[in-house]
Amino acid sequence: MAGRTISEKILARKSGQAVRAGDLVVCEVDCALGTDGSVPMALDYFEAMGGERVRDPSKLVFALDHYVPPTSAQTIGLHRIMREFACKHGVTLHGAGAGIGHQLIVETGRALPGGLVVGADSHAVTYGALNCFATGIGSSDLAAIMLCGRIWLRVPQTIRVVLTGQLSVGVFAKDIALALAGLLGADGAAYQALEFAGPGVATLALEDRLVLSNLAVEMGAKNGIFPADAETAAYLRGRTEQAYERITPDPDAHYNKTVEIALDQLAPQIALPHLVDQVVPLADASGTPIQMVYLGTCTGGRLRDFHQALEVLKAGGGVAPGVQLVVTPASREVRDAMAADGTLDALVGFGATVVEPGCGSCCGTCGVIPGDGVSVISTANRNFRGRMGNAKASIYLASPAACAAAATRGFVTDPNKVTR
Amino acid sequence: MVGDDVNTDSIISSTRKRESLDPAVLKQFLFEHVDPGFAASVRSGDILVAGKNFGCGSAMEVAVTTVLGAGIPAVIAKSFSRTYYRNAINNGLLPLICDTSLIRDGDILVSDATGAIRNERSGETLRPEPLPEIMKAILSAGGLVPYMRKNGDFRL
Repeated sequence: MAGRTISEKILARKSGQAVRAGDLVVCEVDCALGTDGSVPMALDYFEAMGGERVRDPSKLVFALDHYVPPTSAQTIGLHRIMREFACKHGVTLHGAGAGIGHQLIVETGRALPGGLVVGADSHAVTYGALNCFATGIGSSDLAAIMLCGRIWLRVPQTIRVVLTGQLSVGVFAKDIALALAGLLGADGAAYQALEFAGPGVATLALEDRLVLSNLAVEMGAKNGIFPADAETAAYLRGRTEQAYERITPDPDAHYNKTVEIALDQLAPQIALPHLVDQVVPLADASGTPIQMVYLGTCTGGRLRDFHQALEVLKAGGGVAPGVQLVVTPASREVRDAMAADGTLDALVGFGATVVEPGCGSCCGTCGVIPGDGVSVISTANRNFRGRMGNAKASIYLASPAACAAAATRGFVTDPNKVTR
Repeated sequence: MVGDDVNTDSIISSTRKRESLDPAVLKQFLFEHVDPGFAASVRSGDILVAGKNFGCGSAMEVAVTTVLGAGIPAVIAKSFSRTYYRNAINNGLLPLICDTSLIRDGDILVSDATGAIRNERSGETLRPEPLPEIMKAILSAGGLVPYMRKNGDFRL
């Protein structure tokens, strides 16, 4: 009898029964996130289900992040409905400007090793970096969790992603994630878990791991989960008082497939318009003219990302004429840290437009949108046609450093060419 | 008919749901950036046929309710993104997984009591993957809302 993967072990704990990949189980949810993009519909479903009270409000978190700031009577109305519901039922609500819900779940210690955390937004997979089973759901599933505290899940098969070696200078977590998306394809991990393993994991900071888990859904994955180690514990220190247990896979666990990525062999990557898995080495797209550079989102809007981008911007002498640089910190905590260490002033000094923490330009629901015919390079996770609010723009995805490199030159270029 | 890797933003632009969540309003924007004539061409009872990974990207549920709002009761695809699949079941939109490569626009598909689907034009018979019990139970209840009204919790 083979051993168990991390996902099998967590879903066994949460369903109270021995499980194997393929089993359907009903699980207790430790925490569920809803955003202004999903909660208004969830409240309609909740009411239609006959919901009167939330089963356990302490396990529910609302974040206003998709419409920040709200710029229409309709979106202001959506925010008001959420605030009123949260107040009435005792649900934690992060207001407009506090940040992206996914980042807030992580920062506030709501995603812990061994836990089951879901979010009514596809990028809820991000929390897998903290060794919890984290997946995206829709508004109706969120409504059912509000009602009964539980969710049904099929225990996924797992693809093991073995990371070896260490990233070279100028190559970052985003490059690993893009390379993996190129390797597996947009549905290469459909219905399955990605489980990260190998000696390369220890070389990645928690903020790097969040990038890999975040992009898991772009390969169709149900979740993208990391083992927990000293780095995980260090991140959680001061963020939670709650005890947690690290979940490790059994050495003889069954994997559907194993893929290996040698970090030291990896070069900068770029996803071309309009698909996330249309990934090529960045060198192949070198020279592509860029008019807008976007630094932000739940993929690339953390302090480490802005530090990496700023280093390249400084080395390259600032933003090239004709390039618009837009910055959206993932949260207020990130923005405060950027303000405290001078990163924010430096970016503003280079002419950046700084937008309130939130989803920003990523999904076209708020913030700055690109103009017709504009080519954007972004630290985000999706480049679908129309994603940023204009179907006549083209979106390239790359690391924060590669985005900054393009900002300094006005065209796609290897960050190492700017810094050396 | 649509192709592979159709994302939910293509089904209905997320900028549209900012202004309304009503399927009766949103249905006029169905696939607006893929095929501007699509919404007007849909007749109630039409089946949507897709390639692999249908409904990838955002988990937004309007991508299901808008399809239903246009009068489409079922989507047949080679595969679905998992969030679209769940949302479809939860709203009573029938998601069928089978090889759609030989289906042509305008074909008449007839389902029999066993769930097999016969293409009247080509004579091809498709056998969609069977649904697990809990999904059947949610679908036969008419979606997650009536299912939860009745049960108040999930039952396996």
